[in-house]
Amino acid sequence: MSEQSGTGSANRSRRLFDLRYLISGLFLVYGAIEVVTGLLDSAAELAKADGIRINLWLGIAMLVLGLVFLLWARLRPLRPADHDDGG
Amino acid sequence: MNVSAAGTLDVNGLDYTILAIYFAVVVAIGLLARRAIATSEDFFLSGRSLPAWVTGLAFISANLGALEILGNAANGAQYGFAAVHFYWVGAIPAMVFLGLFMMPFYYGNKVHSVPEYLRRRFNAPTHFFNALTFAVAQVLIAGVNLYALALVVKSLLGWPLWLAIIVSAGLVLVYITLGGLSGAIYTEVLQFFVILAGLIPIVVIGLHQVGGFGGLVDRVHDRTLLDTWQQSGVGHWKNPLGDWLGLVLGEGFVLSFGYWTTNFAEVQRALSAKDMSAARRTPLIGAFPKIFFPLLTIVPGMIALVTIPHFGGEGGPDYNDAIPALMGRLLPNGVLGIALTGLLAAFMAGMAANASGFNTVFTYDIWKPYVARDRSDRYYLNVGRIATVVGILISVGTAFIASGYGNIMNYIQLLFSFFNSPLFATFVLGLFWKRTTPWAGFWGLVAGTAAAAAMHFAAFHIGYFYPGGHLDPTHATINAQMANFYGAIVAFVVDVVVTVAVTAVTRPKPDRELAGLVWRLPSEGGLVEAREPRRHWWESEPLLGSGALGIALVLSIVVLFVK
Repeated sequence: MSEQSGTGSANRSRRLFDLRYLISGLFLVYGAIEVVTGLLDSAAELAKADGIRINLWLGIAMLVLGLVFLLWARLRPLRPADHDDGG
Repeated sequence: MNVSAAGTLDVNGLDYTILAIYFAVVVAIGLLARRAIATSEDFFLSGRSLPAWVTGLAFISANLGALEILGNAANGAQYGFAAVHFYWVGAIPAMVFLGLFMMPFYYGNKVHSVPEYLRRRFNAPTHFFNALTFAVAQVLIAGVNLYALALVVKSLLGWPLWLAIIVSAGLVLVYITLGGLSGAIYTEVLQFFVILAGLIPIVVIGLHQVGGFGGLVDRVHDRTLLDTWQQSGVGHWKNPLGDWLGLVLGEGFVLSFGYWTTNFAEVQRALSAKDMSAARRTPLIGAFPKIFFPLLTIVPGMIALVTIPHFGGEGGPDYNDAIPALMGRLLPNGVLGIALTGLLAAFMAGMAANASGFNTVFTYDIWKPYVARDRSDRYYLNVGRIATVVGILISVGTAFIASGYGNIMNYIQLLFSFFNSPLFATFVLGLFWKRTTPWAGFWGLVAGTAAAAAMHFAAFHIGYFYPGGHLDPTHATINAQMANFYGAIVAFVVDVVVTVAVTAVTRPKPDRELAGLVWRLPSEGGLVEAREPRRHWWESEPLLGSGALGIALVLSIVVLFVK
């Protein structure tokens, strides 16, 4: 399959960039901001969120999502006319 | 929508930084996507190159506009658990039907748009009528979206209305005009995750505050809000959403199937998929997150109802304010910025979906066949870009007009949802009954649309649509959703009757002209992609479709026992 697929799209247009790196980048940045904010949250902010360290937890979840997309993009990189689920 | 009662949020520099980062990324997507655009097909259909997980998430995200989020939270507060029907009876079966049965006709024929399918199945007048109503509806709905966005920005951040309208229109303009459909779709996928990140903390903290799911159920005062199918008998309904007939036929069958299977802004996402299998899996993959959205919309609506004093009543916030009000009450800075970003992203994505649907239909279905034929591909690419700019400028205009009429937006939303119901009737007949003639398609569509509009105004004068059957002269207590369901049924029936009647007296197309366009009438080479070898068991469309239906069915039964 990979032998015949190279010619079709190559001369027609340039390939779109890999969306997974973009999602990963945004969520790693957001996750880092949220973790730092969560560690510095004051008692008033904790009380507002009914005692849950919501910034910290959301930050950790966002870092995990960012890493998952980074891993996925690394392990299954884009190939020309890839018929896998990569992106 | 009156969001002002929710009060301005305590946003600080941190929240604005989070917002600014997102906007910078969105502009970057437009600039990056522009490099991949060489032909008009790249611009309008992403060169038909995207994988199923991208188109699937974009499919669901294009629908996850902020009107949908705020609207379903409001439904949760107003109608209670019965609002889950919009998801499990409405959206899910329709999305599965689109993926399993309709996508082969759209994708297999390589049509660019829904109107183009109508041109090939019926005739040019049917095509033109549909293209025109679709284009007008998209621009108006984009304007309503824009106005709603500006209202939220104004009330949450304190920005003036005009500034909010122009800034948000400008951002959408940048990423659609530069990046085309790819720009819109990539932004939609990104936005999907940001919206989840914004909504989940509201639900987590809210449920924690009311003592979990059981605590929420215990604290609902009006116990009819816990009904889903209970008390929905025809003729003596007390269910918040009326009787089961309207729910199943109106919402479940006509409205949802009409919206999901014929709304080009949605179908376009699947048409950009890289092959037939990916196109069919687009709505099926989208169905799985959709099943669980009630947790993120209806549940916060009910949390707002039980925790905010006077919610939805005199002196309290409006139903539409459920999510913004909870954001202000529960979220500390940081998470607040994420939630705000998610909400604004949702508004812009809803508008972007309208804009990208509009520019495609305008270029391929109005300008190309009826105004300027046989020009170069470059020419149509430029027409698409100009159409986007003009379309968004007109939406800005309609947004300012809408701002003069506070509550007209609900009506526009309602009116245009009607265009999908007759269209669905015409589609079903055209697809499954090969005798349906070209002119029957046209007159059925016109009659159905007229019937929908007539029913919309007539419903106010029918006592059955009022609680207890008492016609209220001020029309204030009408069950608007129920009237909407029955309006859809009437539009559908009138369309079918007129189509069949006209078919009886006009000449059908010969079979060879319908090859590939009608069920069981395959074309010679058009649908071969459907038979390409499958690579993984989880890519099986029937498995995905029945899985989604099964989960929705189980959840529908479980929610019956909440009360």
